[in-house]
Amino acid sequence: MTSPVESAYDLAVLGAGPAGLAAAVTAARAGARVALVDAGDRVGGQYWRHREGDDGTGHHHWQTLVRLRGSLPQLDFLARHAVWHVERTGDGSGFTLHTDHGEVRARTLVVATGAYDRQLPFPGWTLPGVFTAGGAQALLKGHGVRAGSRVVVGGTGPFLLPVAAGLARAGADVAGVFEAGSPAGFARSPLAVLGSPAKLAEGVGYLKTFAQKRIPYRTRTAVVAAHGDEEVRSVTVASLDRDWRIVAGSEREIACDTVAVGYGFTPQLEIPLQLGCETRLGADGSLIAVADHQQRATVPGVYLAGEVCGVGGAELSLVEGELAGLHAALTTVGAEPDRGVVTRLLRRRESARAFAGAMHAAHPVRPGWLTWLDAPTLLCRCEEVSVGTVRDTIADLGATDARTVKLLARPGMGLCQGRVCGYATACLTAAEQGRAPTAADLAGLAARPIAQPVRLGDLADG
Amino acid sequence: MRFSFDGKEITAEPGQSVGAALIAAGYRSWRTTRHGGAPRGVFCGIGVCFDCLVVVNGRPNERACLTEARPGDDVRSQEGAGRGDLTC
Repeated sequence: MTSPVESAYDLAVLGAGPAGLAAAVTAARAGARVALVDAGDRVGGQYWRHREGDDGTGHHHWQTLVRLRGSLPQLDFLARHAVWHVERTGDGSGFTLHTDHGEVRARTLVVATGAYDRQLPFPGWTLPGVFTAGGAQALLKGHGVRAGSRVVVGGTGPFLLPVAAGLARAGADVAGVFEAGSPAGFARSPLAVLGSPAKLAEGVGYLKTFAQKRIPYRTRTAVVAAHGDEEVRSVTVASLDRDWRIVAGSEREIACDTVAVGYGFTPQLEIPLQLGCETRLGADGSLIAVADHQQRATVPGVYLAGEVCGVGGAELSLVEGELAGLHAALTTVGAEPDRGVVTRLLRRRESARAFAGAMHAAHPVRPGWLTWLDAPTLLCRCEEVSVGTVRDTIADLGATDARTVKLLARPGMGLCQGRVCGYATACLTAAEQGRAPTAADLAGLAARPIAQPVRLGDLADG
Repeated sequence: MRFSFDGKEITAEPGQSVGAALIAAGYRSWRTTRHGGAPRGVFCGIGVCFDCLVVVNGRPNERACLTEARPGDDVRSQEGAGRGDLTC
């Protein structure tokens, strides 16, 4: 460890995206001593990913970030602190955060660690030039770099729209946007699920861009394979039936140098799982942590905010962050929250959750995607474990759950610790037993005693 | 701002990651996998997938998507575990 142990804070907030930032600022304003901890250089998370000096062009709710950032002097922002383990202190009075820059102690926690792209493997998805949708977005928003010149965007969910529009506005030739789902109404207009007036205007903007740039937008269509030797040169797109099986004869090849693909999001749950917080299956089929009306996890002293308790977008994250911050301040420094404020926040949370639920219901991942895979397709990118190997492990060695498959065939044992292949491994294993993946299947691949790679010396010291 | 990649000069804007600068310079991959020797570059772009590993100033297994490019950095492509000196 390189720095001395910090004295105990009232509250440590993990993650400085919309939820964590709102929680930290709210609690600090209420009088709590707050540490806001993030692995990145600056606040904003993935949603407001930006560079120093960025003026907010192309960002939504940028003024909210500016306003929240203005309150940072009221708290300690611990940038570039990657938290690899959190545990309850020996005397039970709080928590110790082990980071790559020493330990941080706090009486309470808000876990607001967000989410990352959920991936469905397909033949060729490991070729250079294939990016996650969020990865292409991060390159553009965070670094001002276009992922490629001729781009195919695929997957499911409304996030594909800003990714494709952003790339097109940055000068990329977007060869098409392929939405695997076909929710009622969405087939005719993606605006149907965008709901609220602000989101409607946002959606209109994306569609205008598609119209101006003549970008085809297709539903019930997926990128089912990528082709190339050293890097991607083309993809196969195909029409899907309602279960996402390929409609025979519908395949066509599209030349491209870049693919951006994402099928919703996976919440980052290693810290809640380390602490023993209860999890369940969310409306989108991802594992989420359980939070009550005060954003409390099932473990005392732990609050949750944002995507970790169900993917719902930035506005919901801000509301949940504020609720978590208010209640953490009440618990630690006795700051009574204004009842009117809490009531309004709960109402906004309810409507935003309902909207997110409708969105998830409109974009389910259907099991037929497993038929896109051939035996050599890599399921686990890190350990290079193929779909065939996993199927053999299930058939020949009798593995019936994802955890056993992991132990026998090693998917999820590499550096990413199953973050990328966890969902797919759970789906494949469950499908081989003729069932849908359960929360236990997903949890078996999401538990990571060490959340970030650390040096052995740090482990020995910590 | 400039750094070197496998001996070639790369220009980066302040605040850009090594990975972003390499992509802007036209590179798509700078690592080969441990088992298959397959090429890999940036995939997730946010530090989750560990696909974009690169050797920075002699340190292997750095995530190019998270590592901010610094003037004069000696960046090298990575083969396998990036520990040619060890047996992995």
